[in-house]
This record gives sequence, C-alpha cells and structure tokens, in this order.
Amino acid sequence: MHEKRDFMSVARPPLTLPAPEATRERPAWQRNWYRFSRNPSAVIGAVLVLLVVICALFAPVIAPFPEHADAFVDFRNRHQPPSAAHWFGTDNVGRDVLSRVLFGYRISLLLVLFVLGLSVPFGVVLGLLAGYAGGWLELVIMRITDIFLAIPPLVMALAITAALSPTLINAMIAISVLWWNWHTRLVYGIVRSLKTEEYIDACRVIGASRWHILFRELLPNCMSAVLVKTTLDAGFVILIGASLSFLGIGAQPPTPDLGTMVADGAGYLPDMWWQSMFPGLAILVAILGFNLLGDGLRDLYDVEVG
Amino acid sequence: MEFLFYIIRRVLWSVVVLLGLSVTIFFIARVIPGDPARIALGPTATQEQVINLRREMGLDLPLPVQYVRYLSRLVQGDLGQSLLTQRSVNRDIAGAFPATFELVLTTIFLVVVIGIPNGVLAARFKDSWLDNVNRLTSLIGVVTPSFFLALLLQLLAGYVLRILPTSGRLPAGTDFTADITGLITIDALLKGNWLVYFQGLRHLLLPALALSATGIGQIARITRSSMIDVSRRDYIEAARAFGIPDMVTTFKYMLKPSFIPTLTLLGLTFASLLGNAFVVEMVFSWPGMASYGVRTILQKDFNAVIGVVMVIGAFFVVVNVIVDVLVGYVDPRVRLRGGNA
Repeated sequence: MHEKRDFMSVARPPLTLPAPEATRERPAWQRNWYRFSRNPSAVIGAVLVLLVVICALFAPVIAPFPEHADAFVDFRNRHQPPSAAHWFGTDNVGRDVLSRVLFGYRISLLLVLFVLGLSVPFGVVLGLLAGYAGGWLELVIMRITDIFLAIPPLVMALAITAALSPTLINAMIAISVLWWNWHTRLVYGIVRSLKTEEYIDACRVIGASRWHILFRELLPNCMSAVLVKTTLDAGFVILIGASLSFLGIGAQPPTPDLGTMVADGAGYLPDMWWQSMFPGLAILVAILGFNLLGDGLRDLYDVEVG
Repeated sequence: MEFLFYIIRRVLWSVVVLLGLSVTIFFIARVIPGDPARIALGPTATQEQVINLRREMGLDLPLPVQYVRYLSRLVQGDLGQSLLTQRSVNRDIAGAFPATFELVLTTIFLVVVIGIPNGVLAARFKDSWLDNVNRLTSLIGVVTPSFFLALLLQLLAGYVLRILPTSGRLPAGTDFTADITGLITIDALLKGNWLVYFQGLRHLLLPALALSATGIGQIARITRSSMIDVSRRDYIEAARAFGIPDMVTTFKYMLKPSFIPTLTLLGLTFASLLGNAFVVEMVFSWPGMASYGVRTILQKDFNAVIGVVMVIGAFFVVVNVIVDVLVGYVDPRVRLRGGNA
C-alpha cells in the first residue's frame, strides 16, 4: 500500500524519497508557510481576503449604522458627501454607504460559498469519473462540458435567472449550473495523466476498489489544483454575481448588494459619485484579493489550472 | 488536404455544440414555471383565449415534439415570433446585432493592437520596470468589473474632461442609417461620409475601452509568458549566436510560435467578452443585443430569449472555428495531428 499523503504536500510527492532520519526536513506546513510568506502577491491577497471576510462576519459590529443595511429612509441626510460621520457618504434615501458596503460583502461571500460549494464538488466528481472510467462515460461528460463552454456564462445566467424570476437565490443557482464544467475539465486533465502512473497500477493489482482508487488515490492528487482554481474562481463568481445584480437580475432592493448599489448610484453620476464608486471599489478589492491569493497559491503548489 | 479535413472536422463539431446548446436552452426555457401564453396575453385575457393561444403556439404538445418543431424552424433560420414586440425575433435581432458586432470588433482590435505589443515588450524587457508596470496594469484590467470601469471612464472622459460622448452610437438627431453592413463606421466610409465616420469612432471609443481592459491584460500576460518560453529554445540561441539582429529574432522567430497560445486564449475569452458586452452596453445606452436581451428576458419572452442565447452562442462558436483554423494555419502540427477539437 502506498503511503498516505498529507494534503499540503500533494504537489510534490511522486519524486520525494523518505529523508534519512538525521537530515529530516521541517514539517510540510512549515516549509509551505515559509514559501507562502515570501510571495508578496499571496500575502497581499491573503490580507485582502481576510479583510473582506472580517468585514462580512462582523458587519453588524463594525458598521457605524447597521440599521441602514435594509429598508431605511432618512431623507434629511440624503446625498451627503463623504465626511467623518459617513466615511463613504450617504445614498439617495440617506443610508450610510459604508454600512451597506460592509453588509454587501456578506451577500458576495454567501454567493461564493453557495456557488462553489455546489459546483466544485459536482465538477470534480464528474472529472474524476470521466478521466478514470473512459469509454462512453468520458465521451458524454466531456462533450457536455464542451457545450457548456460555448455559452457566455453571464448571458446564460441572465436567461436562467430571469426565467426562474430574478432573486438572489436563483442567481446563485444559475451561476452554479454554469460553473462545474471548468473543474471537470481541470480534474479530467490531471486524472488522465495520473492514471497511467505506476502507483495506480499497483493499487489495481492488489485489488483496491474502483472507489478507493478514485477518491483515495486520484482525488488527493487533484486537490492542490482544485484549491488554486477555486480561489481564483471566488473572484470571478463575485464579479459575475455583481454583474447580474448590476443589470437588475439578482438580489433585489433593499438587500445591500454591491452590484445593485453601483447600479443605483450610477443614476446620480457625476455629482453624487460616492454612491456608486465606493461599492464598485469594494467589489474590486474583493476580486483583487482572491486573484492575488489564487496566483500566489498557484506559484506555491506549482500547478497549471488552465 | 489534411488542412481541409481539419477544417471540416472542426465545423462539424461546432454544429454538434450548437445542437447541444439549443437543447439546453430550449429545455431550460420551457421547463421553467410560468405560462408563456398567459404572459403574452396579459392578466385580463380569458382562460379560453389562453388555451387557444397555447394550441396555436403548440405549447400543448409534448416537450420533445415541441423541440423538434422548434429545431426544424431553427435550421431554416427562423427564430419565431417575439411575444413582447409581436415581430419576428429574426428582425429584432437583426436590428440589434450590428451594434454589438461593431462594439465587439472594435474591442478585439484594441485587445490585439494593445495587448500583444505590450506582452512582447514585457517579455523582451523581462523583470524591468516596464515588465512590472505591465504586470500591474494587466492585473488591474483583469480584476476591475467591466461595469465599474465603464462608469469610471464615463465619469472621467465624459463628465470631467468632457472630451468624448457617453451614450449611443451617434449624436442624437444625426441623419444617417447604416443600411449596408449595419456597422456605422464601415457604412460611413463606404458612403464617403467622413463626419459620421469620426462621430461613430468617438462614440465607440469609451465602450470599447471599457470592454477591452480584461482582454488586454490577459492577452499581454499570455503573450509575455509564451514569448519567454520560446526564447529559451535552442533555435533562438542559435539565431543569437549567428548574430541575427535582435529585432528580427524577436519579431520573426519568436512572435510567430508565441502566437498560438495567444490565439487560443483570445477565442476562449470571447465568451466572457460577449457577456461583459451586455453590461457595458447598458452603461453606455448602446442599442445592441443587451438592451433587447435584458428586456425580453425580464418579460419571459421565450422565443426571443432562446434567439438571443442561440445567436450569441453561434457567434462564439464561429469565432472559435476561425481561431482554430488560424491556429492550424500558424501551427502545422495541429492540422497534421488533426487537433482534438
């Protein structure tokens, strides 16, 4: 039986021999942490992502006016420019833009968790099956992913969301329906190159079950690539979600959604610029964070994610 | 000869993809709750009228039969009747498509003429300040949402500097109909109308810039990395050793093989470009597929929605066939191996 591998070291194992006891290397996590901390893009990305997550988790505590997150009207304070009381100014009904941006991150991260939580496992399992089983199963699965590749995601998400009626949950479903195929293609490619490796043959020879080979041998070796791709994806999911709600097909008012806030504020350009520019910047920061972190992890694990 | 077979195989596969797309979108549109006949007639119609219209539209037939009927009309190029505008979807899309097409063409042009030279420069002066500036601008281009960039450009160039128009394809009241190709700039040139030509270009510039930022960044990065890959090959070393001028090595021997990943990526990013075109068109009140698409989608106008998705899908597929043929032309290995479509 081949040695059980630790998740963090999956990118390197096939060639490493057990080190002699005297010159034993540091634990994998220490080496990885060291390399991670030397990679500026990964560190900046991690800090930004952490910032976004903290904003989202503690929005009710951090936000200066938590009650402004939902339906709230204060016409005396509408269209206030940025000031000490309202760092990002106030919107067209007098709500604090900063508070709404903080709560907006909750919606964005919820979208990411839902979409990736549904589509990544689905896509990964299909990729494993297609890559390992071959034959008609491979043909059917991969041709379907090709078809999904031919659909501009935003346009298809528009069609699905609107047909179901435009709500946040439907937007989540629509994006999930479109996202799995990228992971299927990624895992398929890795499995295809791995399944001719000797250790898989060895497993088969000693009578390991198909499920064991799929989920205990092949899957762990795909995880680093999937993790990198998922991190990069998080940014794009936020982007596509924001684009949908910018078009008015997604979270509906008064939900504090960043895309909706940009769209609402756009009507008050150029004079009340803060109403759309700050939520827009907030989206940019979140996407930038996930992108840098993903790029950094890619360098760390040295994987190609297409 | 092999090249011809390669093209034929590639085209046949595209037909399969489009068929698959038509099945997917048809069933998504039909399985979803909501009665198209009821929506078309409005809430005041009687039950009897609704039943009649359902029969007229063939909505009472089983789904596979409906699909076959739809497909047989589709292959004749008939997208059906729009429930919203009461006109043929073909006519509506033919009216909206040229504006989108012109915008997308201009964007591709910008992506190629800005992205590729930037990538070449970044590779040639690897790790210099030029490369770093390039890396930063590419990153910003990739992570900035198109709609946000569109608003920023609109704010900056349209309101603050007041140098460029911020909405539509031509100034209001311009007496010009693009009735030859539908593309304003091309038609203006064909008619020798220089004023309209420049007006059209001025209106195109901001939306095309907003739309091209992502592509420029991605293309610059991939051109850079494939140029660097190629520059490590032995034959480049040999060219240098022979004293062939640097410019010739860079542009003649390195750029051509580096083109292949760039071209492939260009084809693939086209899908997100078409999607983003929807958002950018909305910001700049561009009378293209987006306003028609969003309007019909919100009204659950099924034939129109299927039409919009099919036309955009077909556009994407055709562009990718062209890209693959170009790749096959540049890279003989692809066409001889047959390429796995």
